[in-house]
Amino acid sequence: MSIDKPEARVRPKKLPLKQRYSLLTRDLDWEPNYVTREQLYPHTSYEGIVVHDWDGWEDPFRLTVDAYHKYQAEKDKRLYAVLDGFAQSQGHLTLSDASYLNAIKLFIQGVTPLEYAAHRHFAYLARHLEGPAPRFAALCQSVDELRHAQTQIHTISNYNKYYGGFHSWSKMHDRVWYLSVPKSLFDDAMTAGPFEFLISISFSFEYLLTNLLFVPFMSGASFNGDMPTMSFGFSAQSDESRHMTLGLEAIKFLLEQDEANVPIIQGWIDKWFWRAYRMSALVAAMMDYMLPKPVMSWREAFELYFEEQMLGGLFPDLEFYGITPPKHVNDAIAEKDKLSHETYKILHNFSFAAAFTTQTPQQEHMAWLSEQYPDTFDRFYRPTWEKHLDIEAGGGRAFFQGLPQLCQVCQIPMGFSEPDDPATPSLRTSTFRDEVFHTCSNGCQWIFEREPEKYVQAWLPVHQIYQGNCGGPTVPDVLAWYGIQEGDNGEYKGSLDQQSWAEWHPTSTKEA
Amino acid sequence: MSGTLRQVGIDIQESEENRALIDAIKQDNPDLTVRHLPGLVKVQSSGQIVINRETVESHLGREWETGEFQLAIVSYAGNFSEWDDDQIIVKWEH
Repeated sequence: MSIDKPEARVRPKKLPLKQRYSLLTRDLDWEPNYVTREQLYPHTSYEGIVVHDWDGWEDPFRLTVDAYHKYQAEKDKRLYAVLDGFAQSQGHLTLSDASYLNAIKLFIQGVTPLEYAAHRHFAYLARHLEGPAPRFAALCQSVDELRHAQTQIHTISNYNKYYGGFHSWSKMHDRVWYLSVPKSLFDDAMTAGPFEFLISISFSFEYLLTNLLFVPFMSGASFNGDMPTMSFGFSAQSDESRHMTLGLEAIKFLLEQDEANVPIIQGWIDKWFWRAYRMSALVAAMMDYMLPKPVMSWREAFELYFEEQMLGGLFPDLEFYGITPPKHVNDAIAEKDKLSHETYKILHNFSFAAAFTTQTPQQEHMAWLSEQYPDTFDRFYRPTWEKHLDIEAGGGRAFFQGLPQLCQVCQIPMGFSEPDDPATPSLRTSTFRDEVFHTCSNGCQWIFEREPEKYVQAWLPVHQIYQGNCGGPTVPDVLAWYGIQEGDNGEYKGSLDQQSWAEWHPTSTKEA
Repeated sequence: MSGTLRQVGIDIQESEENRALIDAIKQDNPDLTVRHLPGLVKVQSSGQIVINRETVESHLGREWETGEFQLAIVSYAGNFSEWDDDQIIVKWEH
């Protein structure tokens, strides 16, 4: 077989990409004649956003239906080849450790339902945005998100055969306390108008923070022997690049359309940066504490993907339109040495009521943490873990008894400290209609006070338990209502997962 | 953050085919930095990154559509300022 020089071969005649795209998207649009535009698109005016020319929207990917099918089919083919190979070869036995799967439990319980929610809401945008280009991009994204939900469920279902915590993720997403963090964020976005949704999910979530939210899971999977998760992750991320482009295009388009849009968009950036950043606290804890083989610390990922790429690259670009970096970004930067430690402490304290297990970091892991966090770990966090190790050496395990105060906005238990002082708890209160509401940070307080009518309606898991809406007054009642079964929760050491793992990996080498 | 030109970057899935793609990107972007992370390769450059179909084809030894880049990319920082049949350019606009 000889390799032809590409130049020497005659390419089949095809219209150029730009022309094909134009014919297959914009050219298929029409002007309504028996209803008005306002009747056809009733949701695009009430947020105060002004659009003069919907044709100003560009889709750099210039994706058409035929190309979309071709590439997506190829992505699925590649992914399912990996899934089959992994299942057929008992790949789960080659993971770094069964405790690694706690990160994946968090993923299917917390993230997969968001993919499905995104699928639903992008279908809405595909109907309601006025321009054919954004409508088609939203339609592709809606189908993508459904694909993500499905491929994640297929991939992770293989682990459900052997390990706890994977069986009732959909029910848990609607009920369990830590899962109200991602769920309420998406509910917040879906109950906003179409333009705010674009800035919240497409821009803030997909462009600003996607790398911090997803790439760590996938690199963690790769490093810990979880080939299927890595494959669905990268397969989804390849769509994600298109979603990032939609987010960036959305913001540029809206800013270019009318100057009156600038302050509205700035407000949404300020709000949604903090909302998405707060949720990423769960990812920070996962990266630094839940991977048996950690890849990159939260701090390093934050510096690389957020400070360098977004603050250093994107925001100078947006300055052209009069956009400034998000309002509370300096608090996020000030927290980068603390976020994962404070969040994992919460998870470690309350994992008796979670559908994953936690464990105190061992000496080797702590050495890594103190290397990654030279300014804070040994001084502020190691002593707590040493204390836990002492208790555990005596056969005990300390869990927090009682229910925590939750932040009214992000819904994370209020375990954070002041941005400039790791020793002082960060607690904020606001009064609205003679009632006091608690928030965990300047960012969440600002968001609450901006739209108190919205956030007073929050479904706060702790309040719901006290109000008697979660199965009963005792911990076993609530756990049963959550759908948590024996072996799902608590301490990893001695758990059912750990026992099975030990049984499948006897220390003495046997004859092959 | 280095220099006055802002960095753009592309994360590419590490695979046999993508090695040729990365070689092509290296060839057309002389100041490219390449960083290997588990499962992916992060390429960064000041100002812009250009991907030329012809260079990719010469490294792959087969025809390549710029649309196929969608199968390789994991993430990016920058803006697709051009994406046509022959070329993809990632850069910051302003």
